[in-house]
Amino acid sequence: MRREGSPFTGVGTVALKEAADHMTSARMHLIMLLVLLTAIGSVYGAIDRIRDTTAEDPYLFLKLFTVARDPLPSFAAFLGFLLPLVAIALGFDAVNGEFNRRTLSRILAQPIYRDAVLFGKFLGGLLVIAIALLTLWLMMVGLGIMFLGLPPSGADIIRGVAWLVVTLAYAGVWLALAIAFSTVVRSPATSALAALSVWLVFTVFWGMIAPLVAGIIAPIDLFDPMSIVRQFEWQQLIARFSPQTLYGEVTGLLLDPSARSVGPVFAHQLRGAVIGAPLPTTQSLLIVWPQIVGLVAAMLLLFTLAYVVFQRQEVRA
Amino acid sequence: MSGVVLEARGLAKRYGNAVAVAGIDLAVYEGEVIGLLGPNGAGKTTTILMLLGLTEATEGSVRILGKDPLRQPLAVKQEVGYLPDAVGFYDNMTGRENLAYTARLAGMSRELAKERIAAALEKVRLTDAADRPVATYSRGMRQRLGIAELLMRDCRLAILDEPTSGLDPQSTQELLELILELSQGGMTILLSSHMLDVVQSICTRVALFNKGRIGFFGTVEELAERIGRGSFVIDVEADGIDVAQALQGENGITSVVDSGPGIWQVEAVSDVRPTIARQIVQAGGSLKNMNLRRARLDEAYNRYFREFANAA
Repeated sequence: MRREGSPFTGVGTVALKEAADHMTSARMHLIMLLVLLTAIGSVYGAIDRIRDTTAEDPYLFLKLFTVARDPLPSFAAFLGFLLPLVAIALGFDAVNGEFNRRTLSRILAQPIYRDAVLFGKFLGGLLVIAIALLTLWLMMVGLGIMFLGLPPSGADIIRGVAWLVVTLAYAGVWLALAIAFSTVVRSPATSALAALSVWLVFTVFWGMIAPLVAGIIAPIDLFDPMSIVRQFEWQQLIARFSPQTLYGEVTGLLLDPSARSVGPVFAHQLRGAVIGAPLPTTQSLLIVWPQIVGLVAAMLLLFTLAYVVFQRQEVRA
Repeated sequence: MSGVVLEARGLAKRYGNAVAVAGIDLAVYEGEVIGLLGPNGAGKTTTILMLLGLTEATEGSVRILGKDPLRQPLAVKQEVGYLPDAVGFYDNMTGRENLAYTARLAGMSRELAKERIAAALEKVRLTDAADRPVATYSRGMRQRLGIAELLMRDCRLAILDEPTSGLDPQSTQELLELILELSQGGMTILLSSHMLDVVQSICTRVALFNKGRIGFFGTVEELAERIGRGSFVIDVEADGIDVAQALQGENGITSVVDSGPGIWQVEAVSDVRPTIARQIVQAGGSLKNMNLRRARLDEAYNRYFREFANAA
């Protein structure tokens, strides 16, 4: 059965309203404060480290994001860890919150489609994350220029922006997950807990689970050296189910021009290679293209799940 | 007073084996105020959601202003306003901001919205509270804000679900007056309630819902005629006797209810006062007073639903 009218009527209105709500909510302020503090801490540590090694470092600017000084992790690692938290905070009560405030049926009675509500909520959340990320990124760049006195090159900027876009997609995965939970689970507290446990499993425990499962599937045979490679490949395959792993690989390649591969490299493959020579930006992008596609696909898949459930949901509380 | 605004044919909704609405036919004409009455769980809200296209009907069809709410939902919702049961607003936004949001969703221009919102708030007497967060509003104020939304949208058909539930008598009266004003402004109104006596004053026609069906659809007078017909109520005051026992098995008496010390309420199909007097005197009691009256509408209404429940 065809329905008339565009499903996107009102998306912009909903998105802007959601974004404005997020921007003024105490929840968002708290979590952004946390991110900001960690960002400043890690960039300060990175600058300190870079100062010591300036002479031998060819990609100073990108190092800002990836260099860490104990006990602080690098900025990129921080984002990989904290960004899901931001996204979950923005999305965990997207739909069930409206239900509980009894606003959903009133909004759905307005001349818009249901689609617009969910699209708007997702885009609104993503918009807020994008603004926050861009601000953070500019802050990092600014601090770098100020303290190191070194302007970034054009290629650095391109890599940095590409990384920013991928970071947004990574946040989108978690936002979609949180919104999916908010449609499926009726209580906001439960949906927040559910989303947080998924986050915990993927960021903390997945790194332990992957080798374990790989060891069971492809045990190492002492007389067959290839079995080691096989086990590693299995382990990598399983690890890549976690968006965290995908994002880590993209970060590693995009922010380090000398990185060549995300998988195992054999000695014969390196024959003739100039070790440490930077790859062109497009080549780095090509290597991690599957990871980027994987992240976007995960985001779309989770959003579609939320969408299908939401479309079929009964309106009455 | 012509033109069908809303027409439903054979509307039914089943959840698995449970039947929420079991086939409803309804036609509403322009300018009418229709009351959907019935106990909780009779299928009123489900019917309303199906009329609006917010829930897909298992069977049957709906036409609102000549359009199908499932196929042309945007066009239908542009003309139809809905005030849900226990309406919710965004608590952190002010009343005015809440209305501005729905105005934007309805595609109104900023200037037009501003003007209409101010007028609507004035009409429901919320101008003073308009710039306070809705979190500070009372239940009655929220309902009035809901009415303001309908006013601002300037819709042709307004559907109100339990607009008076949970309101004190004074707020209820105010709200009913507002609804009446909406109707006088040319809006066709459909409202649901489980209290007949509350809404009978403003409804041109009422539909009695029971177990997913419409048992009766007509004016309040017709209702009184039909379910109050042949029913007389006699208040009996007597001493030294149990009237209920004395009248047992007497012809034409349908029920005797003890309604206080020495007072009984007798329901009968005809004027049975002589029989009652004879029986009481014969049984040695002293008859003090007898008062005959026709059943009040709310009594008839309650009895209607009791009979329905017994029959099922």
